Amino acid sequence: MAQGFLVYVENRNGRIRKGSLEALATARRLADALGRTVDAVIVGDDAAAAQAARFGAHRLFRVAPADVFDARDGVVELLAGLVRQESPAWVVASATAAGKDCLPALAARFERSVIQDATEVAAEGGELLIKRPIYAGKAFEVVKPAGALAFLTLRPNVFPAAEAPAAATVVDHAAAVDPARVRTRVAEVRETAGGKVELTEAAIVVSGGRGIKAAEHYPLIEQLAAAFGGAAGASRAVVDAGWVAHHHQVGQTGKTVSPTLYVAVGISGAIQHLAGMSSSKYIVAINKDPDAPIFKVADYGIVGDLFQVVPLLIEAVRKLKA
Amino acid sequence: MKIGVCIKKVPDTETRIRIAPDGRQVSLEGVSFIISPYDEFAIEAALQLKEKAGQGEVVVIAVGDEDTGKVMRNALAMGADRAVLVTDPAVVEAEPYDVARILAAVARKEGVELLLFGKQGVGQDYQQVPTLTAELLGWPAAAVVVGLDVAGGELTATREIDGGEEVDRLSLPAVVSAQKGLNTPRYASLKGIMAAKKKTIETHALAALGLAPLAQRSWEVVRLEMPPARAAGRLIDGEPEAQVKQLVELLHTEAKVL
Repeated sequence: MAQGFLVYVENRNGRIRKGSLEALATARRLADALGRTVDAVIVGDDAAAAQAARFGAHRLFRVAPADVFDARDGVVELLAGLVRQESPAWVVASATAAGKDCLPALAARFERSVIQDATEVAAEGGELLIKRPIYAGKAFEVVKPAGALAFLTLRPNVFPAAEAPAAATVVDHAAAVDPARVRTRVAEVRETAGGKVELTEAAIVVSGGRGIKAAEHYPLIEQLAAAFGGAAGASRAVVDAGWVAHHHQVGQTGKTVSPTLYVAVGISGAIQHLAGMSSSKYIVAINKDPDAPIFKVADYGIVGDLFQVVPLLIEAVRKLKA
Repeated sequence: MKIGVCIKKVPDTETRIRIAPDGRQVSLEGVSFIISPYDEFAIEAALQLKEKAGQGEVVVIAVGDEDTGKVMRNALAMGADRAVLVTDPAVVEAEPYDVARILAAVARKEGVELLLFGKQGVGQDYQQVPTLTAELLGWPAAAVVVGLDVAGGELTATREIDGGEEVDRLSLPAVVSAQKGLNTPRYASLKGIMAAKKKTIETHALAALGLAPLAQRSWEVVRLEMPPARAAGRLIDGEPEAQVKQLVELLHTEAKVL
């Protein structure tokens, strides 16, 4: 059988990452075009494996969590063993925090770099053409893997996830991980999101900028985000002023998001902010300055006082969704 | 403790990016260069660890062209003790794996116990050199770190992960990559700037490190593209109530996102 894809499916406490399902479906689309197959691997129980099996793999290796010592280094060992055993042409993961960390550790063992954070992948002439943002999306580079083995991560929320007509064959796989290779020990995991939607996975993102004037007004942004069922972001100015924690920052030195809807509230639209959000499908800007650059990228713009507009918008969205 | 801080020279984040005539590179004409912003958190962390210990040495390390020395001078002005630059015609287009190979060789040669990085170089945004380097060294690593402490030969790192934080424990030597939020980088003092002028930047060619030639192993760049231009949108006029009503209607019926 021709060499194909190996997809790492990330399972966090029984929840399969959405980005992993997108990676599975993307690998399947490409494999179908190239006449190749998709293998996948998940660390987890039968229920998690059964869920992942629906999304495009032909064969799914299921590995017991104890086998990898519940640690990144263990996952990397597992993947390295499978790459040697199955000789895939392309190893794919979602560009989540874990994916962006695991794949380079894996690639190093095969003397390769990782094509990180791809936003488009096409099959052309039997090869992959991969597009990835550089300068946080101010430009894109299109690359072609060289050699017989490539590692790539796919940006979450960009590729569609779709179920395949038939479920994968689930194969129990014993990962022979040497515990001595597990060098970094995880002492504690703190979930700060508390059920909230992760910024990079959210379908709707509402961000606040300098226009909110003070830390005590940031809850207005959070309330609007909650009304939309989305996540709350912020501009660099707001983070640098200490009004909100840095993990909310959208832009070149923060997160890059590509939601279906991005609502920029009191954000002027500095080039480093635009870099982080201009690939959003729809952009709404609310700003009192009609000359703010944000209006040049917005699909819908409201020139007005955010302190008047946002409370009305919260109410209108709640009413519509009720 | 001897701490290495790997930094990268990148275009200022306010730079408007243009594609060079060959279509495969970014035009860097007239661009001003800075230390990649995330690297400044790594430099600050190194300086704080040295100050807390009351001893030690902070060595900034870079792979790049000769001009990289200019931005390294800023790290020396912040308080780093020495700078090591690996420059060679071959390194200019080196891919992340090869950059990691070079940095690992310098880290070994210098005998550093802790190797710090910014979580990514702003620009190419490869987001992998710290992890690749750690693997090549065989050292434990913690990526995207917002909290860091060293005590009794053990390092505790708080990492930013999706939707939360993870606390890792690592034995030294180790590799850590810094995320915004780890600290507030200091500005170079006038005294620091003067002192930096007297510090030397040691420059090595690849051969001096005993490294095999570099090879573009992982990909070839086919072309660069600019992002698709966004069509000018619609400004919604009227009183706030009318504006909001129309916006919600458009989101509901036209964009269909509500």
